[in-house]
Amino acid sequence: MPFGNTHNNFKLNYSVDEEFPDLSKHNNHMAKLLTKELYGKMRDKQTPTGFTLDDVIQTGVDNPGHPFIMTVGCVAGDEESYEVFKDLFDPVISDRHGGYKPTDKHKTDLNFENLKGGDDLDPNYVLSSRVRTGRSIKGYSLPPHNSRGERRCIEKLAVEALASLDGEFKGKYYPLRSMTDAEQEQLISDHFLFDKPVSPLLTCAGMARDWPDGRGIWHNDNKTFLVWVNEEDHLRVISMQKGGNMREVFKRFCVGLQKIEEIFKKHNHGFMWNEHLGYILTCPSNLGTGLRGGVHVKLPKLSTHPKFEEILTRLRLQKRGTGGVDTASVGGVFDISNADRLGSSEVEQVQLVVDGVKLMVEMEKKLEKGEAIDSMIPAQK
Amino acid sequence: MASSFSRILSSRRNVGILSVVGGSVTAAFLLNREHVSAGVPVRRIYPASAEYPDLRKHNNCMASNLTPAIYAKLCDKATPNGFTLDQAIQTGVDNPGHPFIKTVGMVAGDEESYEVFADLLDPVIKERHNGYDPSTMKHPTDLDASKIHSGQFDERYVLSSRVRTGRSIRGLSLPPACSRAERREVERVVIDALSGLKGDLTGRYYSLTQMTDKEQQQLIDDHFLFDKPVSPLLTCAGMARDWPDARGIWHNNEKTFLIWVNEEDHTRVISMEKGGNMKRVFERFCRGLKEVERLIQERGWEFMWNERLGYILTCPSNLGTGLRAGVHVKLPLLSKDPRFSKILDNLRLQKRGTGGVDTAAVGGVFDISNLDRLGQSEVQLVQTVIDGVNYLVECEKKLEKGQDIKVPPPLKQFK
Repeated sequence: MPFGNTHNNFKLNYSVDEEFPDLSKHNNHMAKLLTKELYGKMRDKQTPTGFTLDDVIQTGVDNPGHPFIMTVGCVAGDEESYEVFKDLFDPVISDRHGGYKPTDKHKTDLNFENLKGGDDLDPNYVLSSRVRTGRSIKGYSLPPHNSRGERRCIEKLAVEALASLDGEFKGKYYPLRSMTDAEQEQLISDHFLFDKPVSPLLTCAGMARDWPDGRGIWHNDNKTFLVWVNEEDHLRVISMQKGGNMREVFKRFCVGLQKIEEIFKKHNHGFMWNEHLGYILTCPSNLGTGLRGGVHVKLPKLSTHPKFEEILTRLRLQKRGTGGVDTASVGGVFDISNADRLGSSEVEQVQLVVDGVKLMVEMEKKLEKGEAIDSMIPAQK
Repeated sequence: MASSFSRILSSRRNVGILSVVGGSVTAAFLLNREHVSAGVPVRRIYPASAEYPDLRKHNNCMASNLTPAIYAKLCDKATPNGFTLDQAIQTGVDNPGHPFIKTVGMVAGDEESYEVFADLLDPVIKERHNGYDPSTMKHPTDLDASKIHSGQFDERYVLSSRVRTGRSIRGLSLPPACSRAERREVERVVIDALSGLKGDLTGRYYSLTQMTDKEQQQLIDDHFLFDKPVSPLLTCAGMARDWPDARGIWHNNEKTFLIWVNEEDHTRVISMEKGGNMKRVFERFCRGLKEVERLIQERGWEFMWNERLGYILTCPSNLGTGLRAGVHVKLPLLSKDPRFSKILDNLRLQKRGTGGVDTAAVGGVFDISNLDRLGQSEVQLVQTVIDGVNYLVECEKKLEKGQDIKVPPPLKQFK
């Protein structure tokens, strides 16, 4: 919650012991790493826009987490958060992103031609393909912290940039506030419409404030390229289509993103990026590429195989239900996507999806014929 | 007045607060409540017009009264604690409301909010409290239960009686704004005082963080346990932060006097019992409240109160007495009569389901309580409930006998 400037100073009148949150029943990255010493060290700091340590951790304090699922438990309020509160973010990032060190450099590669294959995933199994990422606009606070004025500015910039796209990227913006019922119905049927966040992970971080002011959805006329404005990040960019041609999806993704970035740069508002953390987004789990490339794939037999989880882990992939994160799979159809975000490039992550899904479809076919798949199980990638 | 403030200053943990927020300006502010200067400037990059919320689809008191001019005047002000206008109105921006039910749409973060944001809060208070004008009127406080008459209901109809209010500890921020340390301090001050209660008020505290499963079940069975707020009206105002840290329930051994700590207000105080002896419920209510007040004053604290607004609570709807006195009463015939709503209106009563606010009635049993909070005293409001419920029961009896009932004339708003 954006308090006034004096609020944090006011709290300094109380001791660290008096203000330190009770994290004894918590299971998230922040709770595991935030000691009283760290809290004491950082509590008097603010980013230039006034984001404080308590703002960073509020979502993790309010959401103790689940014994099996480790959430992040902290968010950034602006680009500078990752610097000002690095004593917390660096260990959280390391924990979440497989030991990524504060000195590591992240590689960005949006050259779709570097992807090998990806156009021959069997459409009898791979029902749809999708790549998404997020982008933050430099110079503005992020969704946990931004004011209505800032959010509206971001929307205005995004709409202007997207309006100048043409060719396969020509499209239209639908602001949530003034959407007609017919438009809403259509967007729901297309599986494009995003809802007001109900997850307390997001609401406790203040990301749903002023809903639906400044929020909207843009998509191209072909319905294959989609941008969410001011949901969990400034922009979420999605390329998708039915079937298994991930190569085409990724090409459109890269081309579209680069076009959008050009336009933003021309208006002196590039994307938040640095060579250590890659693309800067609200949640530390989305740093780096912010990319989730995935398919909806039918794996009824493989998914019940005892080694399924291990195969996914070795392939550096994760499964979700077909409703997205925290949903169950229906009819043996799974959402399979890359697990990594930081420390490898976009091309590398999509390559893992393409190669991994291809392998798993072959395994499924083998299992259909009653054959064993043990020899196919890959080494850890 | 100076003496009460010197007491606050000495009882505050750290007098250094004054120097932090700006020395003489703030000292003057605290010693002269009528001349509250509007705190320290707030971080702002955009003009007020760019930040003004879109309230076109909204139906709450805040949205009805927040003009662009008032927003522009107040948006760069903050209370000494740093609570801002945007925070005060956030719940009303996030919750457009319902065409039939007009919510308040804003909260206070501390006692000073009612001063610093008076240009908005005064008209909101006036609208919510039927024309009560905080700038010209005074609120009467009266906790003398001996003035109540006819306070025993017919127990064939009235199943239970209950009186509740809230109290805030002066010098500590309210639930939308308080830090963890402040909230813990509220808890400490309150349970320290409650441990001094004796006789029929002797009891114990159950902290939400340390409650055993068995204690939790017992409190649920007694209908005492309160949940983490799920209503977006409360969560959007930041009242559920850090749950369940420093929240808990205190009740006396007889289970007739109950205090919620750090739920929607610093404290909610409840006196209740089965049956229809509202006079006894109110007598215990007043006695308990006065005892608790005495005990916190012994330790250098006091309740937030002033003569314009009475007891200061988080939601403007609870100002004044903060009092809701009610019964669970069987009115199966009357409730089906088309004149029921009008009768309630004229008696200045409201109905709720037996689960409390926003629930439905079950088996013809209704929760009937006073509509008003501000502008009349506790004694006056409880008497209104007593007189009104007696009238409703009489109506029910008449309908049972096939006789007709009359709609009573409307009661005067402010006495």
